[in-house]
Amino acid sequence: MTLSKRIIPCLDVKEGRVVKGEHFVNLKDAGDPVELGSKYRDDGADELVFLDITASPEKRKTVSEMVRNVASKLDIPFTVGGGIGSIEDARNILCSGADKVGINTRAIEKPELITEISERFGRQCCVVAIDAKRNENNMFEVFSYGARKSTGIDAIQWSQEVEKLGAGEILLTSIDRDGTEDGFDVELTKEIVDKVNIPVIASGGCGSMEHFADVFDKTNVDAALAASVFHYNQFDISSLKRFLKENEVLVRI
Amino acid sequence: MIKIAILDYGVGNLFSIQTALEKLGVTTIVTSELDTNLEYDGIILPGVGGWKHAVKRIQVNQRILNDYYENNKPILGVCLGMQLFFEKSAEGPGDGLGFFEGEIMLFSNNVKVPHIGWNTLKQNNKDRILDGVEDQSWAYFVHSLYPKPTDSKIISTTTDYGIEFTSMINKNNIFGTQFHPEKSGKAGARILKNFVSVCGNL
Repeated sequence: MTLSKRIIPCLDVKEGRVVKGEHFVNLKDAGDPVELGSKYRDDGADELVFLDITASPEKRKTVSEMVRNVASKLDIPFTVGGGIGSIEDARNILCSGADKVGINTRAIEKPELITEISERFGRQCCVVAIDAKRNENNMFEVFSYGARKSTGIDAIQWSQEVEKLGAGEILLTSIDRDGTEDGFDVELTKEIVDKVNIPVIASGGCGSMEHFADVFDKTNVDAALAASVFHYNQFDISSLKRFLKENEVLVRI
Repeated sequence: MIKIAILDYGVGNLFSIQTALEKLGVTTIVTSELDTNLEYDGIILPGVGGWKHAVKRIQVNQRILNDYYENNKPILGVCLGMQLFFEKSAEGPGDGLGFFEGEIMLFSNNVKVPHIGWNTLKQNNKDRILDGVEDQSWAYFVHSLYPKPTDSKIISTTTDYGIEFTSMINKNNIFGTQFHPEKSGKAGARILKNFVSVCGNL
């Protein structure tokens, strides 16, 4: 098997501007999704994820403009998520040049949206994001609305369900680890990866290069996503990939 | 000015391949119906959507595509677009173009499906379209099915995903890639550039 493990930076975008990422002194405009995306691409990012947190009524227009700009400059794949609630939202983003759309809360409220997107555009472009947290019964529970609302749904069952419904990939975020820099949640990731037969992206908690090596070593996860370690330039993706290669993780260099 | 038609089956992202070609100075025409009155230097069958839907859209264009095939004019099929060069697919009912004999197979359950991510191209034949592309170059894949051509001579590259599958085909001026050249960084850009040169040389 020569499929490489993927390293995916995540960029939060509001009104067409990157919210974090101002820490790159050598960029002319670190708020520009194209410029920051190009920097990550040049560093060796395998894919990008844009999380659109725009809440204005103009959202659909601003996001499609941003997607168009990114797609016309970048020659690596990218996913756009954030507030996608209908097949029209998905079409708007995909036809503007994104490769995949990420859905989360709306997939929980309206699971048939997963099937609609995957039948219409192919399952490969339907990424279902799952935010999970250990509850008092030691169950991994799914949360919606940006990890604020508990749903009572078991994350492992939900991951199998979204696979059946047509998801092409799962973006799995550990709420317990998110923002801690304590490392990816290996236990959660392994539980889900072993129960589904679609690719899984691990997210939440990354603070060092060792954390990437750890999640790839201990689980059969396909990709790992991080935001702040890259935005705050703790290390760059090319150093990370060299480190992973030394640790016998297959990466694209 | 080189003029290339991109066939639109009505779903998904055509913008990326279109801008990739325009960066190479090509005039692109995105259309769901190829125009017999227009002389294209090449045609691209892009890689978005599903088999069942695409074979319907291909029917109205079958005659002109056959004409290009028989007159050895350049056609590039990407992902699903390449799969349409064959007759049948495990993905669904309907007939493809039937340029090549063989089957479109589904990956078995011992690997994760879809096959998503960067994998390497092992070169069998040094095609014109691989000029300047190193052996074992990385390319971006996103698919659940792959072609199994009857004639192994048309196989340009193979890729290892549990099995060794055909990732690129070529016969005369017909080219097919299972990966997405428009998303495959430098190697992909070079392959598109080489295709454009083939279109320009006729």
